[in-house]
Amino acid sequence: MTEIRLTGLVHRYPGTGTPALDGIDLHIPAGTALGLLGRNGSGKSTLIAHLVGILRPTGGAVLVGGRDAAGLRVAELARIVGVAIQDPARQIVARRVADEAGFGPRMLGVRGAALEAAVADALAATGLTDAADENPWDLGPSRRRLLGIAAVLAMRTPVVVLDEPTAGLDDRERERVGAIVRQLTEAGRTTLVATHDVRFAAEHLDRLVLLDAGCILLDGTPADLLRSERSPVLAAAGIAPPPVAREGERLGLAPTPSDAAFVAALRCAESEGRAGSRPLEEGLT
Amino acid sequence: MIRLSGVTFRYAGADRPNLRGVDLLLPDGSVTAVVGPNGAGKTTLALVLAGLVPGVIRGRLEGALEIDGVPVTEGGAEALAAVTGICLADPATQRSGIHRTAWEEAASGAASLGLAREALIARVDAAFRRLGIERLAERDPARLSGGEQQLVGIAGLLAMEPRHLVLDEPTAQLDLPGTRLVLDALAALAREGAMIVIAEHRTDELARIATDAVLLEDGAVVAAGPAGPLLGGPLPHRHGVEERWATRLARRIAEAGLTPPADLGEGA
Repeated sequence: MTEIRLTGLVHRYPGTGTPALDGIDLHIPAGTALGLLGRNGSGKSTLIAHLVGILRPTGGAVLVGGRDAAGLRVAELARIVGVAIQDPARQIVARRVADEAGFGPRMLGVRGAALEAAVADALAATGLTDAADENPWDLGPSRRRLLGIAAVLAMRTPVVVLDEPTAGLDDRERERVGAIVRQLTEAGRTTLVATHDVRFAAEHLDRLVLLDAGCILLDGTPADLLRSERSPVLAAAGIAPPPVAREGERLGLAPTPSDAAFVAALRCAESEGRAGSRPLEEGLT
Repeated sequence: MIRLSGVTFRYAGADRPNLRGVDLLLPDGSVTAVVGPNGAGKTTLALVLAGLVPGVIRGRLEGALEIDGVPVTEGGAEALAAVTGICLADPATQRSGIHRTAWEEAASGAASLGLAREALIARVDAAFRRLGIERLAERDPARLSGGEQQLVGIAGLLAMEPRHLVLDEPTAQLDLPGTRLVLDALAALAREGAMIVIAEHRTDELARIATDAVLLEDGAVVAAGPAGPLLGGPLPHRHGVEERWATRLARRIAEAGLTPPADLGEGA
């Protein structure tokens, strides 16, 4: 159970004028599935790099489980925060899929049956069990991305960070990543997902934070954020409410950021409609 | 116009073909969406259309290829490479790594065409403008974000002004505005007579520009035809491809035992 707290986090890359992160205040309670949204270059990946200690703050602080990340060695932080980076090819170190998935936990000192179980579970969750003996470079790009996710899951860190986990994935692979996020959340682990995939965010994440030019523009639930009246602000952050949200509004339903929310709202409206129409019909007869 | 008849391709060392008996007609001015689950053969088809197999990427290519009605003779698939530009899914694969600025990086392809200096500059500037990335011109290409690299790569391709363009998930790492700039630029090229083939997972975005669609599974063509009915119908979901949003919503409503509103999907 690990919460994350960013206070006044500023990051400035050497030789650049404007900061990539410009005073981020963010509290992520343990067990949250949080989405980081924002256009290319808005600061999503920079924020993630701070959580794993790859970058150190120019200003402000990053607290992971109440401890200042700046005071932790990268190896210590790695036991708490696991990250699947945007470009999975940069992460590959092994020549066998199972060894790649096992690299993280081995580095953390896990051995024997515990290591085997961690790898087997991670490969099963990502649908790569059949590919355990293959060379990671022989996998297609989407399965390589899933392998990057498996390598993080196998470390069983209390915080899991996924950078663009659904880019290039097909429909079934995407559902698989959704199921992974759900399982992590049910297990009380904190999950951060940086994504352009608004449909995925609305379906699988509890809370969305919209970044623009290194600042937080909006912070709320998918139902609250993904509404037409927010369109101008969302557009500034490079996203649009999903069509299903606009469709729900048109039909006068409760907020419908996802298909599931739409079905629930429609069910609700139907039963209310039936209950409400009876007196009217009685009145007419 | 490019035509494939009974095209089968097996990568060197593979025990079975990745494309099996593909028949495809790609007219000038068309934007053909190639959809299918990962592993269906979309990338392999892109490599065939770009003339990269079997010359650059080894394997056994069978079947007939035709450019503008002229058959491409055996072993001469490189003829396709002369008329077709290709954009690969991973921008890092295409980055040269030797240029100091994004502008130089994007200019490197067109520079190899022997253009006059002024023409080269005009073309590269126009490509940057078209994609709205003038601000990236002086940046170090190695330090761009994934999405920014993808845009610079596509700008380089546009600057080469190839007659035909084959793009393998060109927008996988792009945000919505970037995606739409790229797709709109491709649609404009098609209107000017180019033939565009694009593999992509986001069916709703594809449907905005595609005139035709091909559904691949396990290396074979499952269905081909006008984009509207094919992408909006039930086949994509059955074959592991994302549906149009209204098709998916109607299915989920029906699966929940509810009745979809009669005018579902008309609001967006």
